[in-house]
Amino acid sequence: MKHLIPECEALKARLPQGFESTLVLPCLRRVQEERGYVADGDIDALAQYLGVPRVQIEEVLSFYTQFRRQPIGRWHLQACHNVSCSLRGAGSLLDRLRERLGIEPGQTTPDGRFTLSTVECLGSCGTAPVLVVNEVYHESMTPEKLDALLEGLE
Amino acid sequence: MSGGKLITGFAVTATSHTLGEYRARGGYQALERALLGMKPEEVTGEITASGLQGRGGAAFPVGRKWSVIRPDDGETHYLCANADEGEPGTFKDRWVLENAPHLLLEAMLIASYALGVRHSFVYIRGEFDLAYRRLAGAVEEAYGAGLFGKDIFGSGFSCDVFVVRGAGSYVCGEASALITSIEGKKGYPRNRPPRLTVRGLYQKPTVINNVETLANIPWIIAHGAQAYRTFGTTKSPGTRLVSVSGHVTRPGVYEVEHGYPVGRFIHEDCGGVLGGRALKAVIPGGISTKVLTASEIEPHRLGHFGDCEDRRVLPQSAGIPHLEPLVFEGESLQAAGSSLGSGGMIVIAEGTCMVRVLQVMLRFYHHESCGQCTPCREGMGWLHRIVDRIVSGRGRPEDVDRLYEISRANDGTTICGLGDAAGYATVGILDKFRCEFEYFIAHGRSRYDGCLECLGSS
Repeated sequence: MKHLIPECEALKARLPQGFESTLVLPCLRRVQEERGYVADGDIDALAQYLGVPRVQIEEVLSFYTQFRRQPIGRWHLQACHNVSCSLRGAGSLLDRLRERLGIEPGQTTPDGRFTLSTVECLGSCGTAPVLVVNEVYHESMTPEKLDALLEGLE
Repeated sequence: MSGGKLITGFAVTATSHTLGEYRARGGYQALERALLGMKPEEVTGEITASGLQGRGGAAFPVGRKWSVIRPDDGETHYLCANADEGEPGTFKDRWVLENAPHLLLEAMLIASYALGVRHSFVYIRGEFDLAYRRLAGAVEEAYGAGLFGKDIFGSGFSCDVFVVRGAGSYVCGEASALITSIEGKKGYPRNRPPRLTVRGLYQKPTVINNVETLANIPWIIAHGAQAYRTFGTTKSPGTRLVSVSGHVTRPGVYEVEHGYPVGRFIHEDCGGVLGGRALKAVIPGGISTKVLTASEIEPHRLGHFGDCEDRRVLPQSAGIPHLEPLVFEGESLQAAGSSLGSGGMIVIAEGTCMVRVLQVMLRFYHHESCGQCTPCREGMGWLHRIVDRIVSGRGRPEDVDRLYEISRANDGTTICGLGDAAGYATVGILDKFRCEFEYFIAHGRSRYDGCLECLGSS
């Protein structure tokens, strides 16, 4: 966390006085980008830096689905299974993912290569179904495109 | 064609989102006009006269929201753009963020000037990747060009913008939860009153507008409220970004003038239902708006009543056929018992199991209930588990009535609208497709193949 402080200070410059608490989400995002998850030590350091209660950070971490307290696989495959994606084949895509990876949503492959998740609407309904790999959207997916995609993920 | 284009009227290319091209299209001229030639009250007056309504789902008049704020009362005011687009089926704000981020930023500057705002915010959903990068890039371009910061255009007006990324929470699209999230807390909605325009972000008066709502503002300031009113209808002026998905040939974001017929839009503009199948139902404005049957959309076309043969026993309240074809206008949708909502239209083809559709929706609401209010926290789980039970083949005869009961118990009994919306969605489907639920319960299987997907060829 400590080495991110100069970056956070730059963010503060565009905020009004007394908005330290607003930096909780942006800082946690940066920590997770670097470490892959948020560790206990990060929470302590952030609470101290921003002067917010530790419990507030714990609440944020448990409330928002994108935050993680444990490491996950190198490639995080997130398949949308909301209405529009389901109408365009999210079910078949998810079946193919289960079959290819041998895991269920919420699990990580034993080699630590893939973590599979189901997620709710990502605003990619017009190009459904969507699979997000780490941060990147892969739209209008088909089982064939999925096979090609998985080959490229070491 | 679906009418005039006020937001999407330019060719999208690999560089059309940049500051240079936005300015070449006349971008930031409305801001200059406002800052150098209008008083803040005059800007608000113009927006009020335009009749612009919110595009996030509630259709609240923008001028009325803005008028609560006195720009010169010496108080600190804040503006937040709601870019937390999360209503399933909705992806129109994403289009604006990816293709016209400067349109949003110019609108925010104009709004900030009108409202006496020194610090403005964009709250963008955490999953958006390209949309965020485009927006963040546009913010830096705008700062570099002196469009944000101090003394903009030498007018003495100063304004900063700060982009906050969400982290995965549907309820944070609700205005008060959004504010709580910008305050760095878990996104619990707040009780009203006081309205957010009285006590909002960090207890200061705050205006929150949807991205598309804001995107209309530069055009209105550049051309005037009267010119704006020549588009759309008297009660719903202007255009609407409609994001179409589901069983439709050409899904995507369309700018549609208010008053345009919904049926014509689906069959002509969007190329009709996938695989040449018949239209079964349409969810008009995100899954929280009540579903409409094909016959409600085009009552003037044959006496087509979908494939629910028990329709004749439907309650009187359900889908009273009105004779006029449905058009994109708040009043028209309201008369049909639904709403334009967030403009997220989902097209459903004949042969799709509506029990399964409701199951997907209720799983979503259950997942997204924040847990603050008891009726929603418990009710969403009950609704979800009942429909899961029906789909697993173990439905009970009393289940349909139970779904109705729980939906009603949520209506108006919670702080935000999530529980209400889940109830409306449930009641909407039950009213019109009750027979499918009864069939599923009686036979332990779907009346159709139980499959939701339709991939184009059949």
